[in-house]
Amino acid sequence: MGPVARGRRPTLAVWKFASCDGCQLTLLDCEDELLALTGRIEIAHFLEASSAAGEGPYDVSLVEGSITTPADLDRIRHVRAVSRKLITIGACATAGGVQALRNFGDVREFASVVYARPEYIATLADSTPVAAHVPVDFELHGCPIDRRQLLEVLTAHLTGRNPDVPRHSVCFECKSRGNLCVMVAHGTPCLGPITHAGCGAICPAYGRGCYGCFGPSPAWGGTRPNTRALLPWLDMTEDETHRVLSTFNVTAFREAPSGREADDREADDREADDDASQ
Amino acid sequence: MNATLELTGLGPLYDALRRAGYTVIGPTVRDEAIVLAELDSIDRLPYGWGVRLSPGGYRLRRRDDGAAFAHAAGPQSWKPFLHRSRVKLWEATRTEDGFEVKDQPPAPGRLALLGVRPCDLRAIAIQDRVLTGGRHTDPSYAARRDGAFIIAVNCTEPGETCFCASMGTGPQAGPGYDLALTELTGEDGPRYVVDVGTDAGALVLDDIGAATADPGDVERARAEVTAAADRMGREMPALSLRDLMADSLDAARWDDVAERCLSCGNCTMVCPTCFCTRVTDTTDLSGDHAERWQLWDSCFDPDFSHLHGGDVRASAKSRYRQWLTHKLGTWHDQFGSSGCVGCGRCIVWCPVGIDLTVEVAALRDEAAEAAEAAEAADQSTG
Repeated sequence: MGPVARGRRPTLAVWKFASCDGCQLTLLDCEDELLALTGRIEIAHFLEASSAAGEGPYDVSLVEGSITTPADLDRIRHVRAVSRKLITIGACATAGGVQALRNFGDVREFASVVYARPEYIATLADSTPVAAHVPVDFELHGCPIDRRQLLEVLTAHLTGRNPDVPRHSVCFECKSRGNLCVMVAHGTPCLGPITHAGCGAICPAYGRGCYGCFGPSPAWGGTRPNTRALLPWLDMTEDETHRVLSTFNVTAFREAPSGREADDREADDREADDDASQ
Repeated sequence: MNATLELTGLGPLYDALRRAGYTVIGPTVRDEAIVLAELDSIDRLPYGWGVRLSPGGYRLRRRDDGAAFAHAAGPQSWKPFLHRSRVKLWEATRTEDGFEVKDQPPAPGRLALLGVRPCDLRAIAIQDRVLTGGRHTDPSYAARRDGAFIIAVNCTEPGETCFCASMGTGPQAGPGYDLALTELTGEDGPRYVVDVGTDAGALVLDDIGAATADPGDVERARAEVTAAADRMGREMPALSLRDLMADSLDAARWDDVAERCLSCGNCTMVCPTCFCTRVTDTTDLSGDHAERWQLWDSCFDPDFSHLHGGDVRASAKSRYRQWLTHKLGTWHDQFGSSGCVGCGRCIVWCPVGIDLTVEVAALRDEAAEAAEAAEAADQSTG
């Protein structure tokens, strides 16, 4: 997409699906840059900040959250239809989020335990990323996303250039800023070698291991990350390993469940659709 | 410049370097490792500390002597000080009729590098060739390199992952130092036999009035360095690595490595000779200010070989093969030497302990088996 013509401020919309709002808050957290940003962009639809929602279509939509209900399925198609550029932000929108733990269980069983009247709950069997349903122009990873990266993506869009959001591992950021490797030197389990850069290697800078909140680095050319090769070196029990891979990007790090077939899941979703429309 | 001198402590040398206007960089203990950092006092040297190295493992250990340089290669080489990870090349500001570009003059460095190991000394020479020896000079590197004063320390305590002896780069320092020390430990603390490499080195020693070395100490120093060659923890197979790499492009071993390699890029970033950078442009929100930065890059980054249409080296296999065959093979064609100095950092700081000496041995064995099979086939048909 070319640079936005000078004169008219491009419009920005921010949308929320199944999520905690943390990534939207990253936009408000751009305190020092917020005035400059609103000088260049008209924030037309951002319910977290203002209940006054301007009419679409919008030049840029930031979408937070995963698709978890039949209503979400309709709404994400609407968002796509009214957005020139659709950018997904955060682990929920790009990987299904921590709520995608349901993909490895039976959501209807969960609902029957949690809710007094589970038949009122309209939900899909899986929590899925936005890109599974509509074309996405750019995915910004993180839980939450990084403020500098969000500004970089918006600035790049305004200038008509590609955003500088490298796809390499967190190790690049550690080495660039001079962090000592906590895994090799301290024996601290760290997912950094297989995790997408972007956070600036915050955790290792404070002596902690990376826990993968930016999801896997796609350094394997579209195949699964080489998690299997790293695990024996993390010196963790099977249970600890299971837990460390079962967080915000669980579907991206963990293998798909073997017990349930894709066809069954689609059938579940159709039933949920029927339930919701009743 | 052949005088051999002796120092009983490094305090006077440190003070002389400071008087000459140098910032002294050297080994010191931080975060449970011996890192290279600016020394605000000579007491910051890691006296009495050693290291225990293994593939994917690094631990400090206490020594029962007061040696300051009885430790092998640490987490980083001198690369971050000479070939910095982030360099601003220029910035530009929008004017009424275009842009005003402001070049970023390279920041002149005046660094004294204290404790450069023979492997790392050779690595600096290799980066000199790459970054200043061709048609295009890296101005940032050149400025920092020109101002550097190098105090090498011969190796008397090689680590478990060291193999400089088989790469011909140590344990005795080759050319390129201003001063070279050999540390001798004793009951009165360490003392240092000093070889002078340059006039600049001689001037510094004149300043502190170093004594002529005791012949017994010189003999002992030489003997300890010679003996260190036999205590290397690793050995690179003795054969033409350049030929082996060229003949191994289709080896099955690359698939085996790809099963283990994380493509994380640590090997290239700790390697003292890896030099690749990328260039990126940034703009601010107003669109009135732009900057161009040079950043470390790595052949393990999927974007490194990205062209329109996709990544040329899309698989971990193709990236590891590129790294190793360049380092040990095509580096000879490009720069006239090997790109490996045997420091062993890529072995230690690989999170999954991939050991290039093991990989090379496996490639050698695979090539030998293939040759045997071909010979057997020839005989049976002949």
